[in-house]
Amino acid sequence: MSQTDLIIHDEKDNVAVVVIDKTSKNQECIGWIMENDKTIKIKSINEIPLGHKIALQDFKVGETIIKYGHDIGKVVASIKKGDHVHVHNVKTKKW
Amino acid sequence: MSISKTFMGYKRENGRVGIRNHVIILPVDDISNACAEAIGNNIKGTVPIPHSYGRLQFGKDLELFFRTIIGTGKNPNVAAVIVVGIEPKWTKKVVDEIAKTGKPVEGFSIEGLGDIETTMKASKRAQEFVQWASEKQRRECPLSDLWISVKCGESDTTSGLASNPAVGNLMDKLEPHGVHLCFGETSEITGAEKVCATRAKNEKAKKKFLDTWNSYNNFILENKTNDLSESQPTAGNIKGGLTTIEEKAFGNLQKIGKKVKYVDVLEPAEEPKNGKGLYFMDTSSAAAECVTLQAAAGFTVHLFPTGQGNVVGNPIEPVIKLTANPKTAATMSEHIDLDVSKILKREMNLSQAGDSLIDITIKTANGRITCAEALGHKEFVITKLYRSA
Repeated sequence: MSQTDLIIHDEKDNVAVVVIDKTSKNQECIGWIMENDKTIKIKSINEIPLGHKIALQDFKVGETIIKYGHDIGKVVASIKKGDHVHVHNVKTKKW
Repeated sequence: MSISKTFMGYKRENGRVGIRNHVIILPVDDISNACAEAIGNNIKGTVPIPHSYGRLQFGKDLELFFRTIIGTGKNPNVAAVIVVGIEPKWTKKVVDEIAKTGKPVEGFSIEGLGDIETTMKASKRAQEFVQWASEKQRRECPLSDLWISVKCGESDTTSGLASNPAVGNLMDKLEPHGVHLCFGETSEITGAEKVCATRAKNEKAKKKFLDTWNSYNNFILENKTNDLSESQPTAGNIKGGLTTIEEKAFGNLQKIGKKVKYVDVLEPAEEPKNGKGLYFMDTSSAAAECVTLQAAAGFTVHLFPTGQGNVVGNPIEPVIKLTANPKTAATMSEHIDLDVSKILKREMNLSQAGDSLIDITIKTANGRITCAEALGHKEFVITKLYRSA
């Protein structure tokens, strides 16, 4: 089995979860899409720890983060492809 | 893997099957805790269950209180019960309801007697109960006698990726065997409520679920002072990479697998009455509150996936913990009954994880002591709906 650095739940997702201790800056990461067993490559532009999310595309404020194939929140600060996606740039739409 | 069709349990007077054989000392109210603990100290092998409420509650809050206390006594993991309360009337009410199961139960009230005299009288009876219970033998019981509840805690993204889906895989595999299953955490379905509604078995259950979720959500909207960050998701969830309640909710929902549909929606601590299958219970998402309510509804073994490492246990319902977070598995190993972190490295698939979970669930039902039991975790937390009178 090849090294898996990231796991993506659904092919519609625009974020992936880091499943190694952490990604390093400029690391070429290998992501596995659980839904269809495909593999993608993406460069991490920051250190991102285990369990945290990496952006699979550029995001503008107001855009929607998709994980599990579903809406999990709105972008509140622009995000570059390969950067860390978390509470500093994404908020709930619910509360 | 072929699934074991039976486990070794304690058949109770009312036909239900327990996986533990506890004699509990159950206080009716907060001020009877000292007496209950004194009885527990006198008679080895009893389990006192102190708690914080039971005085001056009223309305729906009082109904929930009684349902929780009485349900705890009725749970088939409990062989016999000593009830201790300050006043005779509510003590008798609890005793009479537990007695309907046919198990030995006796009540003692403190007023007019004092703690010492009450402790002495109750201790003598507790000793008889413990020795009587110790003669009970485990018998081979069909898998359909298992009642399994689930709830996750200190979740992170590894919960949604692997440990929660492992629980879901177990549900998909065990539901056809006729087990009772229960999930809850109403507030933590927020964001995934429409998807959860599609998992109802019929329109009635779907409507009941949506009404329940809307009511809880309206309560949160009325009382919130911020976006609940650090409460829901918790600071631990955020540290583990969970960003929003929606993300947490979709991870949470992985616990009910891909196929199983819930047959009914239960009030907190309400016993299921529509037969085998999966039930949704209206509960808080706080670990000890949720497990306490599920145990009070009659569930006998609990599956608890954790990401960052929640350590919760329950005095009567064994809590089995699993994690897919390799750091938690390494740094908190004494709390983890099953490590499924190999899923993240793709060295284990979900079906294998589900099989391992079934295996440890049956071992636990047969008598294996869980990490939470070995470490003495007995969190019993009553859900309170509002202020007392």
